[in-house]
Amino acid sequence: METLMMFARAFAVGGLICCVGQALIMHTKLTNARILVIFVVSGAVLTALGLYKPLVDFAGAGATVPLTGFGYSLAMGAIEAVNRYGLIGAFVGGVTRTAAGITAAVVFGLLNALLFKPHMK
Amino acid sequence: MSRQPYTPAQYRRVVSRATPGSRMLRGYLRAFWVGGTICCLGQAISLWAEGLNLGEITNPMFTTGVLIFLGTTLTGLGVYDRIGKYAGAGSAIPVTGFANSVAAPAIEFQREGAVAGVGARLFTLAGPVLAYGIATSVVIGALYWLIRGWLP
Amino acid sequence: MSRLGAQTLRYDRPPVIAAHRSIAGGKEGEGPLGKWFDAILEDDLLGQKSWELAESEMVRRCARDALDDAGLSPGGVDALLGGDLNNHIIATSFAARKLRAPFLGLYGACSTFVEALVLGAALISAGGLDSALCCASSHFCTAERQFRFPLELGTQRPPQASWTATACGCALLRAEGRGLRITSGTLGRVIDMNISDANHMGAAMAPAVFDTLSAHLADTRQEAADYDLIVTGDLGWIGRNLLLELFRKAGIDVPEDRLVDCGASLYRQEQDVHAGGSGCGCVAAVSCGWIMKRIERGEFRRVLLSGSGAMLSPTSSQQGQSIPGISYAVCIERGD
Repeated sequence: METLMMFARAFAVGGLICCVGQALIMHTKLTNARILVIFVVSGAVLTALGLYKPLVDFAGAGATVPLTGFGYSLAMGAIEAVNRYGLIGAFVGGVTRTAAGITAAVVFGLLNALLFKPHMK
Repeated sequence: MSRQPYTPAQYRRVVSRATPGSRMLRGYLRAFWVGGTICCLGQAISLWAEGLNLGEITNPMFTTGVLIFLGTTLTGLGVYDRIGKYAGAGSAIPVTGFANSVAAPAIEFQREGAVAGVGARLFTLAGPVLAYGIATSVVIGALYWLIRGWLP
Repeated sequence: MSRLGAQTLRYDRPPVIAAHRSIAGGKEGEGPLGKWFDAILEDDLLGQKSWELAESEMVRRCARDALDDAGLSPGGVDALLGGDLNNHIIATSFAARKLRAPFLGLYGACSTFVEALVLGAALISAGGLDSALCCASSHFCTAERQFRFPLELGTQRPPQASWTATACGCALLRAEGRGLRITSGTLGRVIDMNISDANHMGAAMAPAVFDTLSAHLADTRQEAADYDLIVTGDLGWIGRNLLLELFRKAGIDVPEDRLVDCGASLYRQEQDVHAGGSGCGCVAAVSCGWIMKRIERGEFRRVLLSGSGAMLSPTSSQQGQSIPGISYAVCIERGD
């Protein structure tokens, strides 16, 4: 039951965050790239203000899987690294915390170029 | 411009009257259920990772990595663009959409070569996300360093 | 050749359309006009290694077939006039490299085909050329990667977006012979009504089409009803409605059932192309395949064919510029 509720919360929160993005697509002239940038930056800013961590605790993957969650990892990483290394941590923490994701995107992206060809639409 | 029956400002109103809106409710429903499902998938991977005894920091890294692998692979198989057409933000906002935005130009620009094509275009869409995301994290870290003495 | 009014050329020795050929992609072949095209591509890559080379090969095949029909060798045509949507019109110039005919590269975005007809007919009517091959092409995959996004990116298109047709059309004009004749052509002005939505090309182009068509009617002292059919290039169904609205507001009577848009006719509703087809190849293939054949069958006698182009580039779009439109028109008549 506990597990089921966890999934329900992830579904609801993740779905709602995507709906915010859908609203930006349908009601504004923002390009996709701008919308993604807005999501990452606002995720980081909300985290810094202490507003995003409660959402992550509540919804788990529902809050970490959307791109706002990427911003959350960047900001958390920077803050934790500052605690450990001082000011230089600001330059270390964000990328360290998100290194796995960024590297996975680069490596699997390159692998894709080796393995696949564009499909006719 | 003498022959035009409308001024540009009037014409813009005529155009917006003649242009149908997106189907709003349908757009939201699709974004909601697809986005929610991808997040649940992330939750499931994370539960699986707990079984592998990964730490609090490495578990989300593992989850993100698996999701990105799924995103790029579905892109290569020519499936993700169809999901995206259906779901809009529902598949663009999750991290799998970030993976799609890296893999799609990588596949597209093979003919322009490994360096100027794939290598340079890999981040045409994801680049801005990383640039502003990382820059924001540095600003946040530096501000935190400045004010942390006063924090409770 | 003589001038009528401000923008129209009357071809006193009207050139003949000696042959015309159309090639369309698989998706276009499944549309309502599929049976009218001379060839449907089974492989959109045409056995080439890039989409750009594929488009070029499509132009070469289409040109070769049109010349074959007229019994001309590739070197036997006096000039090739045409263009496409690729940067620096590489699809057409690379095809011209193989055809070995003198080449005039044109760029009028999606109006290129009609621009080529206007110019080709003028050069022949003036006695400068005996034959001219007019062509234009577009390919969904080359246009998409140049103007929009990589093919595999998961994005949604708004309802006003159009679908670049994979298609090519070639018309061979000759000074003498039997066939349809091009009797007049109207040059277009670049019209900008300050539309900046790059997805809404129908809205950007409709004022230009209005400008050219109303100039044509004024220059030749005719009414729309003097034509059996008025054809527009790739306004799509929204752009077609906008054009009708512009005519209505200007007090020019254009019967709705005589106004046909190639882009709005090319696909079926369920093919999910939103506002309709677009691209240089759309008006080229539809007029060479559908319109000209129907005139030859005797369904129409006089047709006013126009094409329209949205003069944007990815750079102008990113710099926030509005989208100017242009349109050309020719009058095609059945010879007796």
